[in-house]
Amino acid sequence: MSQPLINWFKFASPASFYPLAGKLWPWFAALATAFAAAGLWISFFVAPTDFQQGEGYRIIFIHVPASWMSMFIYCVMAFWSAIGIGFNTRLSGMMSSALAPTGALFAFLSLWTGALWGKPMWGAWWVWDARLTSELILLFLYLGYIALTAAIDDPRRADKAGAIVSLVGVINVPIIYFSVKWWNTLHQGASVSMTKAPTMAATMLWGMLLMALAFWMYSIAVALYRVRAIILERERHATWVAELPEMQR
Amino acid sequence: MNAFVAILRRDLLLAMRRKSEMLTALFFFMIVVSLFPLGIGPETALLRRIAPGVLWVAALLAAMLSLNRLFAADHQDGTLEQMALSPTPLALLVSGKVLAHWLTAGLPLVLLAPVLGLQFDLSSRALGILMLSLLLGTPLLSLIGAIGAALTLGVRGGGVLLSLLVLPLYIPALIFGAGAVEADMAGLGAGGHLSLLGALLALGLFFAPWATTAALRIALE
Repeated sequence: MSQPLINWFKFASPASFYPLAGKLWPWFAALATAFAAAGLWISFFVAPTDFQQGEGYRIIFIHVPASWMSMFIYCVMAFWSAIGIGFNTRLSGMMSSALAPTGALFAFLSLWTGALWGKPMWGAWWVWDARLTSELILLFLYLGYIALTAAIDDPRRADKAGAIVSLVGVINVPIIYFSVKWWNTLHQGASVSMTKAPTMAATMLWGMLLMALAFWMYSIAVALYRVRAIILERERHATWVAELPEMQR
Repeated sequence: MNAFVAILRRDLLLAMRRKSEMLTALFFFMIVVSLFPLGIGPETALLRRIAPGVLWVAALLAAMLSLNRLFAADHQDGTLEQMALSPTPLALLVSGKVLAHWLTAGLPLVLLAPVLGLQFDLSSRALGILMLSLLLGTPLLSLIGAIGAALTLGVRGGGVLLSLLVLPLYIPALIFGAGAVEADMAGLGAGGHLSLLGALLALGLFFAPWATTAALRIALE
């Protein structure tokens, strides 16, 4: 039996993860700031004005990464939920509940910026497009998760119930997406196609990728920071918490 | 299998002894459906167009209304714990309870829907498709609803929370159910929608009792 390089299960304990998260989050926050600065600089000053959409298109530098993150974070939540159910680890549930508000924030941001973009481009704040509708439903799924975990007093029970909700949700997200898509084609509602990929200038793509990286780093930093708060709240009676230097003051 | 039948009979008997709960949900269905023409106007062409959606949304809400009582009484008097401890798999007992819920809350909606559909001037063919789509869809509503009911068992503000959890998951059933009737009325044929609804039902039959059982075990801890 060869010993693995890092013993991952060591960090499944809140006591050893807390200092690790404390060391890591400033780095991710710094990276997020750097990527955001570079991404915003490219998206505002370097990327050329779009021939058809004018200056208004620049909102996609926020909109597209936010949509990506909202979907990705839900998958990460479901991943931690599955780990939590499988291995019965306490930290997994804390991780899920630390990620949920950030995911909901990105889902909301994506809908909000989408509406701001849609008004000048399509002449409507909202159309019943498959992507918009499923993003809205994703926001509802986030809110359901947050509401359920908030309503249960016992944190362990809340984590497990939340884990089931997010796993049921992650199975349903593709089903919902395709059902809304077919519903949309039946109704022939909005005559807007967002699926045909426009040939994008390389600088625009770079701006978008940098912003996506910035959002990614921001999510990690915030989730780590929030999970530290959750650990402190739940483990406040443990001795190791009382012995922390920040508790001595 | 004996235990399955026993649970089914017991739940049906209990529902029969408390008829008012069942009837309340049915009257709710009738009232909600009747409100739409009053709000929108008596134009026949418009009513015929919105009928599938209105009937389906009302059925969805009515089926949700009765979800609260699915496990609550058994949880309160400790029956649920005995079920969890019994040698019969809990998933089987849960399936029996869900079937009983569908027979008392879903099937009456299916039978009542064509009568209400007449108010909306649907053709007899459309009424048949509507019944068929509800027949395939309402069991799915009971199955998904059971997961939500188990998760919100004994939780503060369970009723509102249940709707927040369950309604987004009902959306595919609503789309394909109402879509089947609309597609048939548009002359496209309802086969595709009904097949998809059937596929969802098969998925639900397989996964939902399992997820419900997991949620119940959490609630009983």
